[in-house]
Amino acid sequence: MGLTLQSAGINAMENILRINREDVTVIALAGNPNVGKSTVFNSLTGLKQHTGNWPGKTVSNAQGRYKHKGKEYVLIDLPGTYSLMANSAEEEAARDFLCFGNPDAVVVVTDATCIERNLNLVLQTMEITDRVVVCVNLLDEAERKKIHIDFKALSVRLGVPVVGTSARSGKGLSELMDAVDAVSLARIRTNPVKLTYDEPIEKAAALLEPVLEPLLEGKISAHWTALKLLDADTSMLKSLEVYLGIDILSNATALETAARARTVLLNEGIDADALRDRIVSRIVRHAEEICANAVRFGNLNYKDFDRRIDKVITSKVFGLPIMLLMLGVIFWITLIGANYPSSLLSDGLFWLQDRLTDLFIFVGAPSWLHGVIVLGMYRTLAWVVAVMLPPMAIFFPLFTLLEDLGYLPRVAFNLDKYFKRACACGKQALTMCMGFGCNAAGVAGCRIIESPRERLIATITNSFVPCNGRFPTLIAVISMFFATATGIFQSLISAFVLVGVILLGILMTLIVSKLLSKTVLKGIPSSFALELPPYRKPKIGRIIVRSILDRTLFVLGRAVSVAAPAGVVIWCLANITVGDMSLLAHAAMFLDPFAKVIGLDGFILMAFILGFPANEIVVPIIIMSYMATGSIAELNSLEQLHMLLVSHGWTWLTALCMMLFSLMHWPCGTTCWTIKKETQSWKWTAVSFLVPTVCGIAVCSAVSNAAQLLGFK
Amino acid sequence: MSQEFIPLSKLPVGQKGRVAMLVAEGALRRRMLDLGLIIGTVVEALLKSPAGDPVAYAIRGAVIALRSEDAGKILVQIG
Repeated sequence: MGLTLQSAGINAMENILRINREDVTVIALAGNPNVGKSTVFNSLTGLKQHTGNWPGKTVSNAQGRYKHKGKEYVLIDLPGTYSLMANSAEEEAARDFLCFGNPDAVVVVTDATCIERNLNLVLQTMEITDRVVVCVNLLDEAERKKIHIDFKALSVRLGVPVVGTSARSGKGLSELMDAVDAVSLARIRTNPVKLTYDEPIEKAAALLEPVLEPLLEGKISAHWTALKLLDADTSMLKSLEVYLGIDILSNATALETAARARTVLLNEGIDADALRDRIVSRIVRHAEEICANAVRFGNLNYKDFDRRIDKVITSKVFGLPIMLLMLGVIFWITLIGANYPSSLLSDGLFWLQDRLTDLFIFVGAPSWLHGVIVLGMYRTLAWVVAVMLPPMAIFFPLFTLLEDLGYLPRVAFNLDKYFKRACACGKQALTMCMGFGCNAAGVAGCRIIESPRERLIATITNSFVPCNGRFPTLIAVISMFFATATGIFQSLISAFVLVGVILLGILMTLIVSKLLSKTVLKGIPSSFALELPPYRKPKIGRIIVRSILDRTLFVLGRAVSVAAPAGVVIWCLANITVGDMSLLAHAAMFLDPFAKVIGLDGFILMAFILGFPANEIVVPIIIMSYMATGSIAELNSLEQLHMLLVSHGWTWLTALCMMLFSLMHWPCGTTCWTIKKETQSWKWTAVSFLVPTVCGIAVCSAVSNAAQLLGFK
Repeated sequence: MSQEFIPLSKLPVGQKGRVAMLVAEGALRRRMLDLGLIIGTVVEALLKSPAGDPVAYAIRGAVIALRSEDAGKILVQIG
């Protein structure tokens, strides 16, 4: 694709984003968070998409393609923002693309249930470009809440096409594509309403415009740039230099005029804050005027339903218990649901292992080859798939369901006070929840936290919540050593213990966050505004598809790609002998004295070290190393595994320390790599590696020594 | 109707207030403006979190949770 720097721009955005402009039409997709923007994006582009990073920023962008009436379009998903005033990296990235990416049209996705607030972004976008299409999404929600929207009136007042959609059911998308088609190919001329600000502001801008016009050469609105200059929006002026090579900040005339214009404003009693107030107030008032009579609320108490749910879910008495119950129920369903398919899968996969063995014997393959391929690679793979796939295929859809319903922001709301006491951001509760799926995803999610200090705290502590790679380990250990009852009670007890482990993880998160805020990351908690979006009726089909495709298969694919080579390496380590012991046994012997201090043994610690690429393979490594030195040849069930472990000296204390260490040790390779990418610092990556490790060692040795002192064994 | 201004954080749950003044400066002020908290905006205190802080407010059709020290920088007039 177009990688050559053919165009005149200094850093033309399309080159950075690798779009070849000749054969496609480029459409930008803007919108507030929580308006279903990504649903619109996904429904239009299907699976033809890929993500990258905005140039120079840690904000990701998604690009996708779609065809409409034989024409090809590239859709650029801008970060979800409330405004374009560059208050955050996301807003900067969105603004930069609108200003300098030369999109052929911009679709601003808005929420039909609170369209007035969303118009803020629409009006700001129309200050930058004329080619705007407004997509009023979530129309089904609005209908349910008896909100009536007069699209014609909105369209006339805004001066651009306004299309209503329900992207989740695909309604209105073809009309949206028609409008995009018409606007991007200039088949219809839009006539966006232009905002005029208070007189003194317009007067000051008018002073600047004639100076800016020759500099900008019509590439960007002089009026708008003048306002940015008055507002001393340095980020915008820097971007002007980066993308267009227009350096206003070192243009003496421009700066002089700007100073003069600011004096004009000051004489009218308008300082920097007041200027911003007036600009924003004008936009907000204008949005109010546009919506007046065009949006009617049939039932003014339309949010009563949400309120009633919120009253219970966030109540003093029930708020936290409901959260725990929800967590427990999810685990319980996962445990009982995964049991049967897991054993079925493992039966099938181990049956296949025997057939593979037969095949190797039949062709007379050397036994080392059989060992590497079948006993090493295949068996590790089979374990990972059999143990991970069923729980993930149940856990991820359930978790996505909670996400889709809008429950997770309520969790952040409920827990915020505790995070505030730990001098951290309430949104850390959200990134923590993401960590349940995958810590690397949780770390990447820390971008939503604006304060760099709080973002680091959230990053460093993210691995205190067990990710999906560690759940199977925890679940296996719990069901072997702590939930010895039978039938339904076993799964109930297991879920109960698992919730306890997670609570401990959350407690550690808070304690460590507090410690960090009091030591290396000193500071007071910053401001915090968390939106509690309306509850939405989840689309079950979409949840299943999305969570299976985006999450389950993704995580499984990663685990498998790590497990296959790791299986080979581990089998070799376990079977290449130096002296009278295997390499693995040598290493384990070396680690054993230290491992004993933290209640483990050398093989377990070795497994955690070798499991650095992915936590999923910790248990397979333990099994393989025990089997290489032990006598049990077949291992098809948890009972046999239990026997194997006990025969190698495992007690409930070993199991407990194993669980604690699994909860608190270094983050996996992918997570470390993500931390390095996000923090751009080896130092913080090292801190993120060491903090949970040190905690794990401290807790495990305390527990193990205390238990031994008290005579438990 | 009282003419007194109180900080938004003191607005009892279930009551409405009209924004009279923003005491916040800089980035926090900008963020508040982005939420649509301009002078004259009606804000309703909706929900307290289990620990009493933050509180969720209805602001221009959206539900936004603010911590007490931030909400304290917004002065409202009850009524």
